[in-house]
Amino acid sequence: MIISGAKIVVETLIEQGCDTVFGYPGGQVINLFDELYIARDRVNHILTAHEQGAAHAADGYARATGKVGVVIATSGPGATNLVTGIATAFLDSVPLVAITGNVPCSLIGRDSFQEVDIVGITMPITKHNFIVKDIEELADTLRMAFKIAKSGRPGPVLVDIPKDIQLAKCEYEPKTQPVIPSPIVYAPENKLRQAVQMIDACERPYIYFGGGVIAAKAYEELTAFADRIDAPMGCSLMGLSAVPSDHPRFLGMQGMHGHFASSMAEDEADLVITLGARFSERATGNKSRFAKNFKIIHIDIDGAELGKNIPADLAVQGDIRDALERLTAMVTEKKLPEWEARIDALRLEELERTQKALEHSYAKNCESCTAHCGRSDVPASKKLTPYEIIDAVSEHAPDDAIIVTDVGQHQMWTAQRFPLRKPRTFLTSGGLGTMGFGMGAAIGASAATGKRTILFTGDGSFGMNLNELATAVTQNTPLVVVILNNGVLGMVRQLQTLFFSKHYSNTTLGRKTDFVKLAEAFGAKGAHCSDTAELEAALTAAFAENGTFVIDCVIDCNEFVLPMLPPGGSIDNIITEIK
Amino acid sequence: MDNKYVIAVLVSNISGVLSRVSGMFTRRGFNIDSLTVGETESSGFSRITISFHGDDDIKERIFQQLKKLHDVREVEVLNANETVIRELLLIKVRNKPESRQDVMTAVEIFRSKIVDYSPTALICELTGETSKIDAFIELLKPCGIMEMCRTGIVAVERGDNCLKTVK
Repeated sequence: MIISGAKIVVETLIEQGCDTVFGYPGGQVINLFDELYIARDRVNHILTAHEQGAAHAADGYARATGKVGVVIATSGPGATNLVTGIATAFLDSVPLVAITGNVPCSLIGRDSFQEVDIVGITMPITKHNFIVKDIEELADTLRMAFKIAKSGRPGPVLVDIPKDIQLAKCEYEPKTQPVIPSPIVYAPENKLRQAVQMIDACERPYIYFGGGVIAAKAYEELTAFADRIDAPMGCSLMGLSAVPSDHPRFLGMQGMHGHFASSMAEDEADLVITLGARFSERATGNKSRFAKNFKIIHIDIDGAELGKNIPADLAVQGDIRDALERLTAMVTEKKLPEWEARIDALRLEELERTQKALEHSYAKNCESCTAHCGRSDVPASKKLTPYEIIDAVSEHAPDDAIIVTDVGQHQMWTAQRFPLRKPRTFLTSGGLGTMGFGMGAAIGASAATGKRTILFTGDGSFGMNLNELATAVTQNTPLVVVILNNGVLGMVRQLQTLFFSKHYSNTTLGRKTDFVKLAEAFGAKGAHCSDTAELEAALTAAFAENGTFVIDCVIDCNEFVLPMLPPGGSIDNIITEIK
Repeated sequence: MDNKYVIAVLVSNISGVLSRVSGMFTRRGFNIDSLTVGETESSGFSRITISFHGDDDIKERIFQQLKKLHDVREVEVLNANETVIRELLLIKVRNKPESRQDVMTAVEIFRSKIVDYSPTALICELTGETSKIDAFIELLKPCGIMEMCRTGIVAVERGDNCLKTVK
């Protein structure tokens, strides 16, 4: 059939299995939105408050499901507003297709109204991008975009479509099924044999996994492998939710704000088997000190990750799920009672250290902290600590709830503490560390799964994209927003406290925002809470609600994320307590 | 260990591909010593020759990152001993009686050619490896270089090794 470019876009999206898209209309995509209107019973378009929110929503949709998320924006500012969202998806390897309109081909390069070179702008933050200048190539370009987004290591792809291409007509032949990703790369047999030799010879193995395990859906293979070689497991921030938090072999996140036992076990290991992680400096600390005592086997689908940050003793390019399955069959079964005992001792030490840190918690000891946060009428013993809030939320949350975070202290506390039960239930901006990621991502995740979604955020992060409350209310998103409100930009403040002589340069917000009134103004509900009783009541009300509910939890501005490795420091400098 | 490397890249001949390749170098903090690009015998492909220096680790990272680019079809780090490497130089020097003989001698020894001759200036053309070009320029410096332009290197492997048999 002969149809317009705009219709081809919509038909191709449907053909590629897309049920929901996120976006914001504008002059150069008006034809495309007309076709979305016509096809509204076949593909759902969710209008956000800002294009950045739409990009994060498409990202959250993709993270929660593994499917390709789609976002649509107009030219110029619409397109540039996507940039942070695309970069966020790129750094966390999230499959995304971003579609932008542009001025007609004849006006390109003339600084026309709302014209930007979005292909040039997004080149370094996409797996690939396209500008379509020939209507005949439109459908295949979009199909290729989906293929690239989901092949190998997933990532975002942008397709820029000038308005005249949307208007032009050509023959379109629908495909009966979505494009198939490029063939899987399998780990070479000789490399796996080498890996087996190293694993069989080691006495203190440690499995360090990242988001690659989730992308490869290698959950069961991972735990089967760990059982086979009797190894503890730790992960990067992106690896969280791949195994249940209470898995007996799981020590939690390692690295800068990781669990004490996880980071220590890694350091004491003699072999670290790294799966789908990139040894970001947040995970390694000082690179010259990291891996001083252990050998590394590094398995990743992306060959460019091998040796990029930390040289591996054995680098294996290949699909993690397949590699783990084969390795499990090839290795000799291990029983390492001494190593197990050491791990148990480390766990115990972690418990003690955490307990001590909590006892020293500023909130519980400081009656007078009213400078920037807190309520003077709440006695210190009743003040909420971050862990208490997270624990209380987890008790109310259904098992399959999707946990989303913004970026900062609350993110690390949630990553450390929240008991995750199922894969793809922890969505966080790991690589780019995008404050303001949460609202959009939560809306997208909920739209994709229909599940109860919980956003942990801070008053800083929430301030960045709280306009998306409007979207959540319109969509009736079953969303509980938990604001850990300390009145400061806590993560930076923490560094200022420790390393900048308490010069709190621009981290004290001093705002008078009433988040409950704000929620109500947007049409949501909300509650303030400063102590456990108020929190309990708020959570009960929030989880009884089908729509969006904002809980503003007052916490102390001197709460720290612990443990921490100081910037540029290493495991030798781990801080677990601040007096 | 600082080495010189030459890497040959076969890319799809579409707009923006040079930005993608050179942009990857900028973004990842790799330095380019020379970059040339031109069409190949097959209209669908261009060939980019990039020379850079660095250690083995940098070479490997550049190789891996280039392989990831969607428009890149083939990448090969060329072995300097098995490769013919050439660069073209056009250099304009002052045509003065007192230095003319020095220019002529240099041209003859280096098997350069004079491709333009005017009463005040002359242009020499020279093809060769980078070191030969460098030496020639050094020799002409005292004669008064007015302007010069060098292409950057192109390189092809000796024997029947090919980057790719393009059909």
